[in-house]
Amino acid sequence: MVDPQMSVSLADVVVKRRGKNVLGPINLDLGGAGFTMVIGPNGAGKTTLLKVLHGVERVSGGTVQWTVPDDQARQAQAYVFQSPIMLRRSVRQNLSYPLQLLALPKSEITRRVDQWAGNIGLQDALDSPAPRLSGGEKQKLALGRALIRQPKVLFLDEPCANLDGRSTREIESLLTAAATAGTKIIMTTHDIGQARRLATNILFLLGGSLHESGPASEFFNSPRTSEAKAFLKGDIVE
Amino acid sequence: MNDIWAGMQAAFRLIFTLDADLVEITLLSLRVSLSALVVASAIALPFGTWLAIRRFRFRRTAIATLNALMGLPPVVVGLIVYLLLSRSGPFGVLGLLFTPTAMIIAQVIIITPLIASITHQAMRELWAEYHDLLISLNTSKRQRVMTLIWDGRRTLMTAALAGFGRAIGEVGAIMIVGGNIDHATRVLTTAIALETGKGDFALALGLGFVLIALALVVNLTIHALSRTEREGTW
Repeated sequence: MVDPQMSVSLADVVVKRRGKNVLGPINLDLGGAGFTMVIGPNGAGKTTLLKVLHGVERVSGGTVQWTVPDDQARQAQAYVFQSPIMLRRSVRQNLSYPLQLLALPKSEITRRVDQWAGNIGLQDALDSPAPRLSGGEKQKLALGRALIRQPKVLFLDEPCANLDGRSTREIESLLTAAATAGTKIIMTTHDIGQARRLATNILFLLGGSLHESGPASEFFNSPRTSEAKAFLKGDIVE
Repeated sequence: MNDIWAGMQAAFRLIFTLDADLVEITLLSLRVSLSALVVASAIALPFGTWLAIRRFRFRRTAIATLNALMGLPPVVVGLIVYLLLSRSGPFGVLGLLFTPTAMIIAQVIIITPLIASITHQAMRELWAEYHDLLISLNTSKRQRVMTLIWDGRRTLMTAALAGFGRAIGEVGAIMIVGGNIDHATRVLTTAIALETGKGDFALALGLGFVLIALALVVNLTIHALSRTEREGTW
């Protein structure tokens, strides 16, 4: 199960670029298991919020406080980018890379690589160059490379953007298995259908502000704000 | 045209008779240039990579200076190394002047900026590609440098080969600090300069062909060993 101590509080968090607010001020407590889906239109600040939570985007104001020390929090997290970044190595070496950083024994690395190659369906491509994989395979490899570290929190930035239905289903199935195994998943998406299928909680962002947050069932059944209602209806909101 | 033909004949004669002087000069050329390459690469590859990932106040100035140093005039480098290693210089006590070690030092100074600059250019692109992933994985600076060097090794091989090309063909600096002493510091380039001065163009050309062949063989060998073409798209 998720470490009950792995939760995060954001207090008056603001991110500015060239003097302009791109996010915040945001006050938010995030914890518990399952999927937290960050939704909203383009430019709403979804990716920025994810990077702030992961600690790779500096805040201009406010505080981000994990309930464990920052170093421990970073070690317990993994991040999957919208465009998967492949190391110029084989599939096997891409999978083993994060484990080598953790200085795990060779036998343990081999065991986990073989297990995860099977989980992501790339067991027959272990020695292929990762940059030559298809888009869907690259995204699965990026997800496997993130999950192989057994993170307590997994951030995903629109992992299924530009993927077909079959690849999306495979990714969702891997994510559901990870969530069941106890990984907290925080994920941005444009796909309302995907949010309905997976979300435990919803964060609805608009113009850099957090408009709504709460259980997914409440958000989808009775959104509080007119913007959220319009967004769910498929209207264009800005 | 006659000189070129005579030069080719001289080259064949020297090579196929395994002329003792030629073998000695060629081996010393290789020893000096490869030693300089190893030392310069050990400095330039991590430095160029570090420069690509590190942000500091005078970074742009450092990069501009490094690029400018690529055009260091070898004779000036030779003169400075000569003054440093001469009896009255600060390192005169080491007795290195007119030895292969002095020639290696001069070549290291000449090719390090070249290798570092090419490394920086290549690593900058790779760093842009890897940046988010390596930051996200909480890698240390050392791990980032090592990852970039390993994954960019084929490009770095090109940087090293460019350095080798400059070193093996260099004459000005090693002539000054080595002295072109027969059976001691004479290498292919200084021998060519000497034979040209003596008017023996055929021998000079012959040595020139040997020099070109040597550079080609070393390049092809390294490309073959590193499988540059086969896995070039990685």
